Amino acid sequence: MSAVASCRAASWLEASARARVAGLLDQGSFVEFLGPEQRAMSPHLRQFDLPRAFDDGVVVGRGLLGGVRVFVAAQEGRFMGGTFGEVSGAKIVGLLRAARDRAAPSPPDAVLLLLDTGGVRLQEANAGELAVSEIIRAIAELRHAGLPVIALVGGRAGAFGGGGIIAACCTALVISQHGRTSVSGPEVIETNKGVEEFDSKDRALVWRITGGRTRILSGAADRYVRDEIAAFRDAAIALAGLTPPPFACETLRAAQTRLVARRERNGACRDATELWAGDGIDEPDQVPDLTEDAFIALLSARSAQHDRR
Amino acid sequence: MESFTLTHPAATPLAGAGRQAIVGVVASGNLEVLAERTAQPDLCVVEISTAADGFGEIWRAVILDFVERAAPGGVRFSINDGGARPDTVLLRLMQAARALQDATN
Amino acid sequence: MRRWDSARQARDARLSAASGLMRGKQVRPDDVTALLEAVIRPGDRICLEGDNQKQADFLARALVQADPAILHDLHVVQSGIVLPEHLELFEAGIATRLDFSYSGPQGAALARALDRGRIALGAIHTYSELFARYFIDLTPNVALIVARQADRHGNLYTGPNTEDTPTIVEATAFKDGIVIAQVNEIVDSLPRVDIQGDQVDVIVQSPTPFHVEPLFTRDPAAMTETQILMAMMAIKGIYAEYGVTRLNHGIGFATAAIELLLPTYTERLGLKGKIATHWALNPHPTLIPAIESGWVEQIHCFGSEVGMDEYMRARPDVFFTGHDGALRSNRMLCQNAGLYACDMFIGATLQIDLDGNSSTVTPGRIAGFGGAPNMGSDPHGRRHASPAWLKAGREASDARSGLVRGRKLVVQMVETFGDAMAPAFVETLDSLALAERLGLPLAPVMIYGDDVTHIVTEEGIANLLLCRGRDEREQAIRGVAGYTPVGRARDRGMVERLRARGIIRRPEDLGVNPLDADRSLLAARSIKDLADWSGGLYRPPSKFRNW
Repeated sequence: MSAVASCRAASWLEASARARVAGLLDQGSFVEFLGPEQRAMSPHLRQFDLPRAFDDGVVVGRGLLGGVRVFVAAQEGRFMGGTFGEVSGAKIVGLLRAARDRAAPSPPDAVLLLLDTGGVRLQEANAGELAVSEIIRAIAELRHAGLPVIALVGGRAGAFGGGGIIAACCTALVISQHGRTSVSGPEVIETNKGVEEFDSKDRALVWRITGGRTRILSGAADRYVRDEIAAFRDAAIALAGLTPPPFACETLRAAQTRLVARRERNGACRDATELWAGDGIDEPDQVPDLTEDAFIALLSARSAQHDRR
Repeated sequence: MESFTLTHPAATPLAGAGRQAIVGVVASGNLEVLAERTAQPDLCVVEISTAADGFGEIWRAVILDFVERAAPGGVRFSINDGGARPDTVLLRLMQAARALQDATN
Repeated sequence: MRRWDSARQARDARLSAASGLMRGKQVRPDDVTALLEAVIRPGDRICLEGDNQKQADFLARALVQADPAILHDLHVVQSGIVLPEHLELFEAGIATRLDFSYSGPQGAALARALDRGRIALGAIHTYSELFARYFIDLTPNVALIVARQADRHGNLYTGPNTEDTPTIVEATAFKDGIVIAQVNEIVDSLPRVDIQGDQVDVIVQSPTPFHVEPLFTRDPAAMTETQILMAMMAIKGIYAEYGVTRLNHGIGFATAAIELLLPTYTERLGLKGKIATHWALNPHPTLIPAIESGWVEQIHCFGSEVGMDEYMRARPDVFFTGHDGALRSNRMLCQNAGLYACDMFIGATLQIDLDGNSSTVTPGRIAGFGGAPNMGSDPHGRRHASPAWLKAGREASDARSGLVRGRKLVVQMVETFGDAMAPAFVETLDSLALAERLGLPLAPVMIYGDDVTHIVTEEGIANLLLCRGRDEREQAIRGVAGYTPVGRARDRGMVERLRARGIIRRPEDLGVNPLDADRSLLAARSIKDLADWSGGLYRPPSKFRNW
């Protein structure tokens, strides 16, 4: 039965950043830059009496994806919520710039960002905010150079704060049902706007608003995959093989037009189920509980609504 | 935060030829262990950096048991600990020793 | 001349005092407090139905609003002190005496109230014991109960959460007490009748559905390698060893891990059909993969579990269901079933002392008891044999006379350190200090050491049945107590001798490699996996979702 099979397959959600990288790339092809033995750790966390990690929660390096040379960065969502700190941020910035400069010996043809982050690390917020800006700039430069930058989101922390913005800046976004993307996290919204506006403890609501199924149905994500490392790999291979749309004003204007139309169409909606009802989905309340097979069938029966970026 | 280093004589060098391995994640109640073949062959060195203060005696007992069981000569284990319980520490150390044995780097 | 029907006369007087508020058996929600003031008398024993799952929460809120000048000195006799209102009754002076079983979320507040002398505590009972006293010396005068639906005759449909209701109503209605029910809705006809209308005096439609706590849902995502290791050891060293087919599980993560290892690790050991087939158990979502894989013959339930209704309705071969299709639970009967018809209880605890006594009392918290004390005791009234029961009996016996009686397997499964590095093994239970401070005649003990047969920790299994004398027992316990102070104070030589005799068994003695204790062994690694296993029939409550 499929439930058994899905339980046995290696889960992206369950896997560590290192296990995701190992399973995503061609077997044995990963070469780490600035590995844990270099002990490039946060210079700030000790001051807060907090434990550090040997890689500061980010794994960066190069490898092959279906034979294509790629650079890859993976955040460990369980360490400090996968946050952007001074070192972890700089590792990603450095990787993206090396990709832009087509660094020898293995200049990449695509970049993969395995985001799993609550956003900027509070204890080193200035450095983290700077890193997020530098990452966004580097992504723009890469895209301008015609290199696809593919975000993959399916970890516990999702992609929030700067991570949510970064995900939206990439050429394409792959997401699973457990994945979430947004800028302000549920707790932040509740704290600022009150529980009537957003009940962060209502987890079904949180996922209806920010989760993978909502993001793919609204066109904010490009590929929806099962929570399996192999499924993320297949989607990444497919996307890395596509010619990215030109990173030019025309593309951005078209995206802007679509977003304005979407806001006009959906601006008054209070919940994702209203969006889905407006989109002509039968029984929108059932969408979150559809089996993966049924949901993927629903997706394939619809015309694509991608904000092709 | 507390940091300390424990060094124990180890009867035999750890099997295998891997140079380096890392297991675990630094999180609440969890830890990462980096194993590197950089110690003298007859010694096992364990460097600990832990979020939980005041458990030095338990660390010593756990490390002693680990060295007895795994005979990890020649290996330096470096630990970043998020306040893991002793059984988790022992398990991660055993996992790190196995990962280093199996590593091909 | 003695009157022989004074209670019946009093009942009639109380109901007629409230007659102006009632239309037939119905009372309006706004009038409930006035009704309670009319039918309850100072000094009454009242049962405000609430256990570890469902709550007569609307009636609780209404009773707290009563005027303490009218209602005072009530004696609360109910299984659960769970809602804040339950304690507010005492703060307001409406109630003064308490006999109960379980206090879970109010454990700390209850301890504070006892400290301040707000409550005259009778006893902390086991469930079966409290229910028994309903029929002997703690019979309620008024029972405030809860059901899903009523018809206008007062017949009640409890739905899957029948739980304590039949027992409470039996004791109250047949001893001239008054039964008042809150229901979610009043309908023309019920799916089934769980409580007969002639046993119910008053019904009120609650403005909000009653609260049910999903107490038995354990998220597989939170299961650790240590718990999986303990589960592997228990399966090999106890389930397989004794051939345990009839059992009860507690609600800890390690036993939930066992449930999730049945269709995977345990099936590969060739044990399917040989162990864990018949259960006294709440509908644990973590048992879904084992049920779907054909491990489970049948399950009788104490209560229900939020989100499991449709799944159980679709699996009547496994669960007890009414002709309407929904689960029928019954706490008293299931406690009895767990006590007499199960060969093993296995569950967690917070503290174990050197005699094997275990307690969930920690400084400043009285959590009371769940099902563990009844099911975790050796029933001396048992007279039927089973292989597991006889094997345990033989191990405990010196058998000079040739007369062997069986023993129930009572297994405590506990990690050596709990939250915040609190050691689970202690020289003295915190329960004793608490009893002294509060002047309790009896320190709360969840399971007495002489009932415990095995202790499973991540370090190994201690078989207390095989111990001869207190010293062996103490060293067997120290020998699995890990790096706790109690464990480190072991006599290493004696512990090795106990190991040689199989009294202590390490993972390697059981053929279990701790490095194999991996989450990939779990049949489900998330609540979502459980929902998938159920084919979408299990609908977990929102707080457990990550999709």
